[in-house]
Amino acid sequence: MRPLLLAPMLATVLVASPAFAATIEVTIDKLVFSPGSVQAKVGDTIEWTNKDMFAHTATVKGAWDVMIPAKSKGKVTLKTAGAVDYFCRFHPNMRGRVEVAP
Amino acid sequence: MFMRPTAALAALFLMSTAPLALAAEKPTDPQIAHIAYTAGTIDIEAAKLAIEKSKNKEIIAFAKDMERDHEAVNKQALDLVKKLKVTPEDNDTSKTLAKAAKEERAKLAKLKGADFDKAYIENEIAYHKQVDGALETLLIPSASNAELKSLLETGLKIFQGHEQHAEHVAGMLK
Repeated sequence: MRPLLLAPMLATVLVASPAFAATIEVTIDKLVFSPGSVQAKVGDTIEWTNKDMFAHTATVKGAWDVMIPAKSKGKVTLKTAGAVDYFCRFHPNMRGRVEVAP
Repeated sequence: MFMRPTAALAALFLMSTAPLALAAEKPTDPQIAHIAYTAGTIDIEAAKLAIEKSKNKEIIAFAKDMERDHEAVNKQALDLVKKLKVTPEDNDTSKTLAKAAKEERAKLAKLKGADFDKAYIENEIAYHKQVDGALETLLIPSASNAELKSLLETGLKIFQGHEQHAEHVAGMLK
């Protein structure tokens, strides 16, 4: 496994340099973001996997508005540090949080 | 008061016991499936009316969200009843819902412009609240099949989300 993984990882590092950008996975199932709260760094990407048959969004007022279609994925790359609470525009009772370190 | 005391008493008695009688009768799974499906269909029809009549971009977007979500829930409900080999069974609760919805649609159909938008969104708030209440207090506790119960629980979250969404849209109209 190691040698196989190394090449794409190296490629990612080269492209995304200088920081080691990570992708943080959040799953949506039955209208729940899980984990509900994640920690990340500037430059990291949050990727939502939507298992529901309903479209959702991950929205921060005045910042991002990520469409996550039914049975599909959506992502955002974090550009600023700070903690943000996000919600789904279609179902505002769905809430999540991202704590972004510089 | 023009009512004779006995008639007034009877009316009072009817008013106070009717909702209790409804709640006391525990619906069966085939009835619950029918009620849930009917509730979804009613909101889809209201959404279609709004998409056709409204000129307000927020209202139209909201109505399209309702149409899309409730069609998805109803599709899941149909798939489930097929899998469980359950035939949804019409019942008094479904009939009451359908009758009230027909009256509401007739009322909405006569309105135009901002009056329509306001009445539609206010009805959406009230309707979703009503269905949330029925799901929480009657349908979910009465459902005996675990998969049906789980679908109703997801349905409740969807409806609660729609209620908040509708309140947000109503706030923007002001």
